[in-house]
Amino acid sequence: MLSIKNLHASIEGTPILRGINLEVKAGEVHAIMGPNGSGKSTLASVLAGREEYEVTEGEVLFQGKELLALSPEDRAREGVFLAFQYPIEIPGVSTTNFLRTALNQVREYRGQEPLDAVKFLSLMKEKMALVEIDQKLLSRSLNEGFSGGEKKRNEIFQMAMLNPVLSILDETDSGLDIDALRIVSNGVNKLKSDTTATIVVTHYQRLLDYIVPDFVHVLYKGRIVKSGTKELALELEEKGYDWIKEEVDSTATV
Amino acid sequence: MSKDNQILEDLNSKEYEHGWSVNFETDEAPIGLNEDIIRWISTKKEEPSWLLDWRLKAFKIWQGMTEPTWANVNYLKMDLQALRYYSAPKQSKKAKNINEVDPELIAIYERLGISLNEQKRLQGIAIDVVLDSVSVATTFKETLGKLGIVFCSFSEAVKEHPELIQKYLGSVVPMTDNYYAALNAAVFSDGSFCYIPKGVRCPMELSTYFRINAANTGQFERTLIVADDSSYVSYLEGCTAPQRDENQLHAAVVEIYAGAHAEVKYSTVQNWFPGDKDGKGGIYNFVTKRGICAGDHSKISWTQVETGSAVTWKYPSCILKGDYSIGEFYSVAVTNNYQQADTGTKMIHIGKNTKSRIVSKGISAGKSQNSYRGQVQVMKRAHNARNFSQCDSLLMGNQCGAHTFPYIDIANPSAKVEHEATTSKIGEDQIFYCNQRGIATEDAVALIVNGYAKEVLNQLPMEFAVEAQKLLALTLEGSVG
Repeated sequence: MLSIKNLHASIEGTPILRGINLEVKAGEVHAIMGPNGSGKSTLASVLAGREEYEVTEGEVLFQGKELLALSPEDRAREGVFLAFQYPIEIPGVSTTNFLRTALNQVREYRGQEPLDAVKFLSLMKEKMALVEIDQKLLSRSLNEGFSGGEKKRNEIFQMAMLNPVLSILDETDSGLDIDALRIVSNGVNKLKSDTTATIVVTHYQRLLDYIVPDFVHVLYKGRIVKSGTKELALELEEKGYDWIKEEVDSTATV
Repeated sequence: MSKDNQILEDLNSKEYEHGWSVNFETDEAPIGLNEDIIRWISTKKEEPSWLLDWRLKAFKIWQGMTEPTWANVNYLKMDLQALRYYSAPKQSKKAKNINEVDPELIAIYERLGISLNEQKRLQGIAIDVVLDSVSVATTFKETLGKLGIVFCSFSEAVKEHPELIQKYLGSVVPMTDNYYAALNAAVFSDGSFCYIPKGVRCPMELSTYFRINAANTGQFERTLIVADDSSYVSYLEGCTAPQRDENQLHAAVVEIYAGAHAEVKYSTVQNWFPGDKDGKGGIYNFVTKRGICAGDHSKISWTQVETGSAVTWKYPSCILKGDYSIGEFYSVAVTNNYQQADTGTKMIHIGKNTKSRIVSKGISAGKSQNSYRGQVQVMKRAHNARNFSQCDSLLMGNQCGAHTFPYIDIANPSAKVEHEATTSKIGEDQIFYCNQRGIATEDAVALIVNGYAKEVLNQLPMEFAVEAQKLLALTLEGSVG
């Protein structure tokens, strides 16, 4: 589904990603872990098409299409969804109104008729249950005055509404208490299918107790330096990142 | 390249939709401004002598005045002697009803999306249409007449309801008020008049649609709305003009009178030609609008969506004379390219327990300048006056300007006045967030801007609100990458 080859990206001339290679197949969950500043969030942003990042080398194929050639909105319409680490506030625009605009533009791109108000509302009702979100929240200005947990839940709700092929969760666990974490993870798990894939970007192993990954990759200094299964995450939880840093840094000096 | 830079790069202006003009036979005054021209206009309109005298008095006063320069706008002074002060489509006779109006004129309004055919109108909106200097049609007159409501052109009101005109003309905006108000009093040609009798709730929206068609012609209309005790009316005003290279002057006066327990809602969607993307041409919109809450418990509410004009100078105001009277001002002013707007309101608290509320939302793009200028004045005997003002500015790009000039003048210690102001930019973050959900950038800007202006747009009647939303999006179209 997603094939990242030798991806290099920099911001304002400073290289952040230095040769990422990653294959993600339908039905898989991949966790990207790593110490702060290793490039995890940058990878998520580059895949979603954030303009501050300049891709200097490499290619990304998404369902056979050259992802990097697409505008951010077309990537979304093709089925790439990014759950933001810090969801953005849009005053005066309700989540409902925002999502209706988004969903209908996505549908138009896919050659589908726009959803009328009745169908849209019934779809909302169905997906609201999935992330245990209150309708009142959805009629408020998007993310404005939302608690950390509400923001993240709202991200997963949007994901449920837009039904993406590839979901990228950028530090979705940050700022969540244990109950919110459970609700958000349940939502993500229910949305998983054989035809979709998930990339979970996280600093801590905690989230991976709930969203169990098929593969775990450790990102350090802009490269994937270690890949494994969920046991790798547990090992990291126990030992921290220092042993990996040492391993990598010593090989680099040799 | 960052989005912010693209905002600047791609600042092309969307073609002004209503920029066309139509050639038809007109009845015109000679170019220039003097006593003879005023007599000419007055004769043309078969006016009584008291009105001519009133005009001539205003002209004398105007001659002693100078153009105000305090507004935060820069423009080339207009040669007022090079203008034509009267231009009217030639009609064989004044149409008694809509069926007698020249089909060519009806076609002009159809093209603007305004149907004058009463049957075709879905919503109950009565409309008076003013083309250049004259009112060409008023709809639903008979329906309204049954309730005792007078809704007609100003000229007609002068003939048929002289007592009302004599009583209220100039009572809210005196001819001495300011340079443009005096000029308007001297040369005004037509406009709308509306009278709601005691205790009557007007069952439909009343609306005036102004259109400038002729070149080198100033438009000086006058609107007078009188809401007698315990009555209610909602009034809408819309306007467009052809796209021309020269600047054109629009200097209107609107007066509103509200008796005890009366309520008047006045909504404007102003879409005069704003000039091209290099700042050439466009309307100078120098307008005086004021209402008086004369009776106790009366209420006047101004809502304006200002998207057009090269230069706007406009302060719809409320004189809160009656005890417990309420004044409201809701405004969205958008400027793009080289547009300049200096707009706001005055709330003058005279009566006891009077309340006012000001919500101003400025949106600046391109190289435009957008100023809010507002005055809250609490007079000595206005015990317990309350005011709340909120002035927000939204900037797009980094070549435009947003300015706020609040004046607060309190002479009674029991007054409570609050002022809040914010300035923000449409963030790349917001646009990217929308993009990431599949929303194209143009639509993202429209969504964000409409959300920002929501509090004001919510005040508009439904049909108007939809139009206003589209207009906001159109005005800013092309202002982001």
